[in-house]
Amino acid sequence: MKVNLVDIAHARSGDKGDTANVGVIALKPEWYPFIAEQLTLDRVRLHFHDVITGDVERYELPNLNALNFLLHGALDGGGTLSLKTDAQGKVFSTAMLRMVLDVPDDRARALGLPAATT
Amino acid sequence: MTSTPDKIVRVASGQGFWGDWLDAPRRQVEGGPVDYLMLDYLAEVTMSILQKQKERDPTMGYARDFIGAMESVLPAVTDRGVKVIANAGGVNPVSCGHAVLDVARSRGAKGKVRVGVVTGDDLLPRLDELIASGHSLTHMENGEPLSTVRDRVLSANAYIGSTPIVEALARGANVVVTGRSTDTALTMAPLRHEFGWGADEWDKLAAGIIAGHIIECGAQCSGGNCLYDWRNIPDLANIGYPIVEARADGTFTVVKHPNTGGRINVQSVSEQCVYEMGDPHDYITPDVVADFTTIHLANDGENRVRVFGIKGRPATDKLKVSIAYRAGFKAVGTLVYAWPDALEKAQLADRVLRERLDNMGLKFDALLTEFVGVSATHGPLATSACEPPEVQLRVGVRSPDRKTVERFTREIAPLVLNGPPSVTGFAGGRPKVEEIVAYWPALVDKTVVQTNVEVLS
Repeated sequence: MKVNLVDIAHARSGDKGDTANVGVIALKPEWYPFIAEQLTLDRVRLHFHDVITGDVERYELPNLNALNFLLHGALDGGGTLSLKTDAQGKVFSTAMLRMVLDVPDDRARALGLPAATT
Repeated sequence: MTSTPDKIVRVASGQGFWGDWLDAPRRQVEGGPVDYLMLDYLAEVTMSILQKQKERDPTMGYARDFIGAMESVLPAVTDRGVKVIANAGGVNPVSCGHAVLDVARSRGAKGKVRVGVVTGDDLLPRLDELIASGHSLTHMENGEPLSTVRDRVLSANAYIGSTPIVEALARGANVVVTGRSTDTALTMAPLRHEFGWGADEWDKLAAGIIAGHIIECGAQCSGGNCLYDWRNIPDLANIGYPIVEARADGTFTVVKHPNTGGRINVQSVSEQCVYEMGDPHDYITPDVVADFTTIHLANDGENRVRVFGIKGRPATDKLKVSIAYRAGFKAVGTLVYAWPDALEKAQLADRVLRERLDNMGLKFDALLTEFVGVSATHGPLATSACEPPEVQLRVGVRSPDRKTVERFTREIAPLVLNGPPSVTGFAGGRPKVEEIVAYWPALVDKTVVQTNVEVLS
C-alpha cells in the first residue's frame, strides 16, 4: 500500500548559503526505523533531482527520531543573491514530505501506518 | 562563581532576529521570573546593512530596535536585577553601549546600568594586513580566495564566542552588548558565568550552546512556525517566547511563562533542533564542538521539555568570519493572471517578456520565472488536480550592471495592456532595483582575533 510521508513525519528546513537543510522527524518514535530505511540517499536524490543542482548529504539522529538532509545547490545562489520566493529554503521541509512510500500491506499494518487516501 | 547543585539560572529569549516581535522582550521580563534576557539581532547580512549606516553616520551601525527594547525592559534591569545580553552592537558596539546609557540617564536610572561592550570582532580595518600575511579567507563553499572580491567588501567580522561576555559579566556589567558574537554564545555565556564552568568542560559548554540553539530563534521552538499539529497550537496571538531553566550539571528545561500562547513539547523543540543543521556530529562554535546526536528530549509536564545527555568536544583553532560584499543588482516584478487558464496566460506573458528583453539585447547573470500559486515553492514536485483561480507571475533578474536591471523593471507594466488578458495586481508600480550584498563565509586562525571588554557606567 502507499503511505504519504506527510502522514508519518513532520519537518523543518533552513539554509546555509546555497544549501537547504531538511530535518525529517518521525511522528511516532516507532516509525523512525522505517522512515530511516525508506529515506535513503538515493531516494532523496531522486526526489529532488529536478529541484536542486548539487548533491545530497544524509545524517541520522536516532536520538531525535530524525534524519537531516543537506540539499546542495538548492537556493539559486542562496541568501541575498537568490531570486527565489523561498530564497532561504524555509519550505523545502514540506517539499520533502510530498514523498509517497510503497509499503507491503502486512508491514504497514504491523507498524500502524496510515494508508494514503490521495 | 560557585553554585549549589540545585541552583537554577533562567535565560529568556526575547528576539530571534532583527525585525522580530517588538513586544517580546517586555513580555519576557514581566511574565515571570527570569535572570537573563537574551536578544539576537544579527543575521548573515545584517552586518553589511549596519556598515552602510555607519558610513553615513559614524555614531550609527547598531540595531536601533535594541534601544527601544532597553527602554521597555529597563525597570526589570534596574529594580529586579535582570541582566540583558545582546549582539545588537553590530559594527558599532561602543555607540550602542552609549545609547543604552543615554536611555538609563533619561529614565533617571543613572548609575544603575553598567554596560559591558565587547569589541574585536571587526576585521574590516585589518583585512589587507590579514591577506598580506597569508590569511586568504577563502570562501568556505566554493574555495575562492577573498582577493577576487576584495574591492567590493563592505564588512568582515569574526564570529566570537562566550569568553568576552563572561568577562563582562564578571566585571559587573548588567547589560552586555556585542558585535558579531555567535547567537548561541549569548545564552551559553551567562551559564558559564553563573555556574563557573571551565573553558574545557566540553559537555557542559556544548549543553549551553545547544540551549542557545534551541532558543536563539525566539518562538520558533515554542509553537511558532511549528508544523507538528499546527492547527491545535493554542493562542499564537499571545505566544510565549522560550526560556531555558539551566542547572550546573549541563541539563536544562525549555519552558515559557504561564498564561502565554504557543506550545512547548518534544516535537516543537525537535523541529528547532534540526533547524539550519549541518553535520549533526559537528556543530562547530568558537567555544566547543557540540554533538547534536547526543541531545535527549523528554516532556516534563505541560509546556516543559527537559534536555539532557549532551556531549561536546574541544573547539577547533579557527573562527568563522562573516564577510559581506557588493554583488551586483537585482529586481523582481510580479503580475497576477485570473481564471480561466490563469497559468497559460502567465506562461505566455513570461515568454513575451523574455522575447522583449532578448530583443533589447539585455544580458542577465540570472533570470528566474516562478508561477506563484502553482509551483513557486515546490517546483516540479508540486501537483494540483484543480485549476487555480489565479496565478502570480514572478520574474526576477540579477546583473552586475544597475542599468540593465533598471531597464527590466520598465518591461513589467506594459504587459498589462500589451500582453495576455485577465491581468491585474500591478498597483505597486515598477519593481525596485536592489543592490545585492552577498555573504562570504571564511575561516581565520583564532590567534589573530583579539577581543576586548570595556564596561561603561
